[in-house]
Amino acid sequence: MTSFCDKRLNSPDELERVREDLSEHRNSDTKSVCVCIGPGCAAKGANRIYELFCEAVEQSGAQVKVKAKGVGCHGLCECGPIVIIQPGDIFYQRVEEPDVAEIFRETVLSDRIVERLLYEDPSTGKKVKSPNEIPFYKAQKRIALAYNGVIDPASIEDYIAAGGYTALPRALTSMTSEEIIAEVDVAGLRGRGGGGFPTARKWRSCRAAEGFPKYVICNGDEGDPGAFMDRAIMEGNPHSVLEGMIIGAYAIGSSQGYIYVRNEYPLSVERLKEAIKQARQWGFLGEDILGSSFSFDIRINRGGGAFVCGESTALMASLEGRPGEPRAKYIHTVESGLWGRPTNLNNVETWANVPAIINNGGEWFAKMGTEKSKGTKVFSLVGKITNTGLVEVPMGITLRQIVEEIGGGIPDGKSFKAVQTGGPSGGCIPAQHLDTRVDFDELTKLGSMMGSGGMIVMDEDTCMVNVAKYFTAFLQKESCGKCTPCREGLSQMLDILDRITDGEGKVGDIESLEVLAELLEGAALCALGKTAANPVLSTIRYFRDEYDAHILERHCPAKECRGLFRYEIDPETCKACGICLKNCPADAISGEKKVPHVINQEKCTLCGTCWEKCPFTAVLKV
Amino acid sequence: MTKDNEHIEQIVDNYDGDAGMLIPMMQDLQADCGYLQTEHLRCLSKRLGVPLSRIYAVATFYSSFRFTPKGAHEVTLCMGTVCYLKGAGQICEAITKEFRVEPGGTTHDRLFSFQAVNCVGACAVAPVMLVDGKYYENVTPASALEILHGLCPDEDTSEKESEA
Repeated sequence: MTSFCDKRLNSPDELERVREDLSEHRNSDTKSVCVCIGPGCAAKGANRIYELFCEAVEQSGAQVKVKAKGVGCHGLCECGPIVIIQPGDIFYQRVEEPDVAEIFRETVLSDRIVERLLYEDPSTGKKVKSPNEIPFYKAQKRIALAYNGVIDPASIEDYIAAGGYTALPRALTSMTSEEIIAEVDVAGLRGRGGGGFPTARKWRSCRAAEGFPKYVICNGDEGDPGAFMDRAIMEGNPHSVLEGMIIGAYAIGSSQGYIYVRNEYPLSVERLKEAIKQARQWGFLGEDILGSSFSFDIRINRGGGAFVCGESTALMASLEGRPGEPRAKYIHTVESGLWGRPTNLNNVETWANVPAIINNGGEWFAKMGTEKSKGTKVFSLVGKITNTGLVEVPMGITLRQIVEEIGGGIPDGKSFKAVQTGGPSGGCIPAQHLDTRVDFDELTKLGSMMGSGGMIVMDEDTCMVNVAKYFTAFLQKESCGKCTPCREGLSQMLDILDRITDGEGKVGDIESLEVLAELLEGAALCALGKTAANPVLSTIRYFRDEYDAHILERHCPAKECRGLFRYEIDPETCKACGICLKNCPADAISGEKKVPHVINQEKCTLCGTCWEKCPFTAVLKV
Repeated sequence: MTKDNEHIEQIVDNYDGDAGMLIPMMQDLQADCGYLQTEHLRCLSKRLGVPLSRIYAVATFYSSFRFTPKGAHEVTLCMGTVCYLKGAGQICEAITKEFRVEPGGTTHDRLFSFQAVNCVGACAVAPVMLVDGKYYENVTPASALEILHGLCPDEDTSEKESEA
């Protein structure tokens, strides 16, 4: 594409001139085809669709100027691959390769809508044209994800044309450090990584701390399983993170920044690297940014695949080239962090909120949300839910609204059992608390936490003891081993949970779990250990009957734990087709033509093959 | 050996000889050689003035470092919460049984290295398996085995389409 900038921009005025040129170039008759290539859509083949659109654009030679863009996660992963045509905001879902030619011919060249690819509102059965009309998007409010799915993440021009890098010159030219921090303070922004610590307070302490140089860090080590919010931001709009960091660094008085990205996110690393390179070329990073005397640069480090490195002191140890073991935090990292210098660490989403706060003012941000939790929060809404995907909602919205309105409820006619928030440090919230408002403190009261934003919905088929075991096993494996309560305590808890799900639980096991949990909370060194028992405690609190059923009746009510339920064939539904009989590896099924088949419980190894293979769902778990 | 030395020299120079960048250096080394070799680490230890024991302490702490050659293909199974709820455990069992390979290991014929990771962040299409960087969505034990049986030993992995 035409380069609008072949040299560093030396002043905010130069930037504005470039921005005007860019907008003019993108006059209204240019059409764009935005293909979502976020992780969900990419897994469904969106990259190929993007290539096909690029080819179509190349071959068309049409008078209409068309641009095909690969954009970051749009949110409604369930309906991917998603393609949006601008102008017009036409939302096509579940696009397949053969559809590309039709979309190009009909919609791009002839302004006609391809009805069959539109989203159908399940409540009215009507086809809707734009995302705003889809219930999934209606209740959302997008700040951190505002440009996700709109701009090309690999293009700094796109970000600038959309209004990016307006907060930075404003901060550099018309605001003092203290004014910036005050604005963030008024906004009431709290850390989006899990802790919920007030961002402004952290910045102020770091600014006031003695020692130089000072460092700012972006924590992109999104380790919670079931969470991909930060990934979506880093891959969908990397410049918003950079802009937030540059503003933060200016306010704090830092000249060097780091972004620590998970090893499992190679595309995030690539996008951020490209963004940093562009920002340096354009003069947003480096010496004398936009002609001011402020200098700042950012370096990327990849994680090594250790969950504990999401903890701030462990992350800093990792940045120093050491094993990622946390330390006790009686001296805060804002005073002595990376290399013993004052260090301010914030999460990806926190940084991405900063430019919007500077642009619109803290009061604007603080108008959204509850008394103590302001603004919006991004969640990855996944699990047993109809509309899986990425959502950004104003704080204060109820869990019910998220699950039912946005998420579209539980699929396959199943009933809701719990929603797990906060990753391995969080807990499971049951149906009776669905009207709780999403707020840092409210979720903590329920024994869960906001966490970084994973929201995993579970239905009646999910065994809550097994969920607790999953998280305990996860944490036991990821415990760094530095402190004994975490290293040994989690092993003991896992041992007990293993026994319970194997049908060998004993009376008193629940109490032992509670004692170990208390020990962890009180004595573990870092947040990983202190909160590690939350999944166990919250499931005991709300689903004690399931634990009891496992221990006392040797029965798994959700019929998930092998050995704690049986398979039986319903004679009414069985069509005697013989499929189960042929597939049974233990020869445990008998039956003849036209005679309903029967499982010999003594021979059955509970492998579940018959249950999977039966085309008539006549095999039941009882 | 001198070639190896030069290679390590190059990597160390890329990071200005900063011992704090040990992890990225080893990441680059692994990316180039496929795994961390004792000789290379010894060389790195000398060059950086960091004891070999400390280098091993770091390398063994992080799960992404490996000490044995990898297979022709890289298979990554996501064991994140959603994948697990939707049956990733059974997929893992099926692969282990069929190919006699535990997570973290490589098949005897070096066809593929098998990793089970915490979460690849594609929860919306769980369960997810990656083969040489390509995502497979809504995988079942049967479909996973089918994909893996389709792998060819001599295929050049670098030419594989890399989607993310």
